[in-house]
Amino acid sequence: MLEVKNLNVFYGNIHALFDVSFKVEDGEIITLIGANGSGKTTTLHSISGIVPLKSGNVVYDDADITGIEPHKIVLGGLVQVPEGRRIFANLTVQENLEMGAYTRTDASEIKRDYDVVFTNFPRLKERRKQQGGTLSGGEQQMLAIGRALMSRPKLLLLDEPSMGLAPVLVDEIFEIIQQINKNGVTILLVEQNAYKALSIADRAYILETGRITMTGNAADLKNNESVKKAYLGG
Amino acid sequence: MSFFGQLAQQTINGLALGSIYALIALGYTMVYGIVKLINFAHGDILMIGAFVGYFVLMSMGMSWYALLIAFAVSMVVCAIMGIVIERFAYRPLRDAPRINALITAIAVSLILENGARVIPFMGPNPREYPVLKNATFSLGSIEISNIQIIVIVVSVALMIVLNYIVNSTKIGKAMRAVSFDMKASALMGINVNFVISFTFALGSVLAASAGILFSSAYPQVEPYMGIMPGLKAFIAAVFGGIGSIPGAMFGGVILGIAETLTKGFISSQLSDAVVFGILIIVLSVKPTGLMGKNVREKV
Repeated sequence: MLEVKNLNVFYGNIHALFDVSFKVEDGEIITLIGANGSGKTTTLHSISGIVPLKSGNVVYDDADITGIEPHKIVLGGLVQVPEGRRIFANLTVQENLEMGAYTRTDASEIKRDYDVVFTNFPRLKERRKQQGGTLSGGEQQMLAIGRALMSRPKLLLLDEPSMGLAPVLVDEIFEIIQQINKNGVTILLVEQNAYKALSIADRAYILETGRITMTGNAADLKNNESVKKAYLGG
Repeated sequence: MSFFGQLAQQTINGLALGSIYALIALGYTMVYGIVKLINFAHGDILMIGAFVGYFVLMSMGMSWYALLIAFAVSMVVCAIMGIVIERFAYRPLRDAPRINALITAIAVSLILENGARVIPFMGPNPREYPVLKNATFSLGSIEISNIQIIVIVVSVALMIVLNYIVNSTKIGKAMRAVSFDMKASALMGINVNFVISFTFALGSVLAASAGILFSSAYPQVEPYMGIMPGLKAFIAAVFGGIGSIPGAMFGGVILGIAETLTKGFISSQLSDAVVFGILIIVLSVKPTGLMGKNVREKV
């Protein structure tokens, strides 16, 4: 479904990604784990087209989408929930969801999808007229996910969905991610919470200072000694 | 005339002048809200709008119908100019330091002003603006002219339309989304460049109508005519809180009334000094302007 080949990204003179390559197959949950500054967010940004590539290719649904404008990438169903949620704080919850459906014109289907989002996230329904900025962190994360679902994604990129959330909420968010996957959406999950990420993923890639250093089945990596030491706290 | 009669009269005059300032200020504030640029060429768009209106009215002869056509043609021409200026002068500098874009805006302003001076059919000499036959209506001791009524009615109507667009349409919501977070908007599939072009077009449409209204109230056109109203409207936008749409409307009206009251009760020469003085006082008490949002640093 998605294949990135030899991505190289520079920020000025700083080489941020070194020949990063990986694959996401239809229906999988893939996780990309790594420490702060290892290049996880940069990888997602280059897939979504908001960071220019020095070299390399992004192939999605058999089409080369390298260098395509970000808003056109969304049209193909490749949608990102950005790090830090990036809710439009000056828009209401309802309007945030509307922006998620921006590329769509099927009014009646959009209406049905609001109901789907509101059924899955009843808190959002209660607060639909409130400004996005007044929500709590967990509610904002649910809104960010709900907003992305409004575009009917085929492949969802999730950047640190558990960041800054209380443990109970983290569990809830991961359950939601699994549920979305069961409904037929392929997931590429970037996480610092490696333990949780490996628990729900099919396969994983480990990113260290801009390089993929390890890959394999999530279950295997979870029991791997060096992974345990570096990312799972012993 | 009694003191209160005078007060009411000057307030009405100020309301008319202030609604023109408000129309212009909206262009400043919307563009600032979305690309964080003070578009110093905005006042000159008003001048272009006034000239386009002038040519339409001169060729058709003054009538209500001609005035309507003048507004329409002028709005279209200015919308296109706004889009073209953004595309070729500001977009290449979108990721450059803000000061570079600001200097470019000043350059665009000078090009428009001096371009208008050298273009043969415009030229540097002030020309008399065709206006409707003057009629005044009296309410007790207060007089209000048909042109003042047109100015206020047209301005209010345009502001209602603008409010509707920004708050209730899909593109208006996208404008607010982009002004809050350009990258996140792009990730939602919003065509950010289109939204920015639309914002410039919308601001220029308001400036075009302000140009015709301004020239009808002060019946003259010349290439530098946009500078003072542009500057005052910029002040109104900052006064109301730059980036805030109700702030620009409110700021424009307050500024217009302050100006005419000073002219009526203190001195004509001091009116600009008083207007700028108000700005200094407001900003020293509330640096973000009356309705400005707290400045938020995004990571």
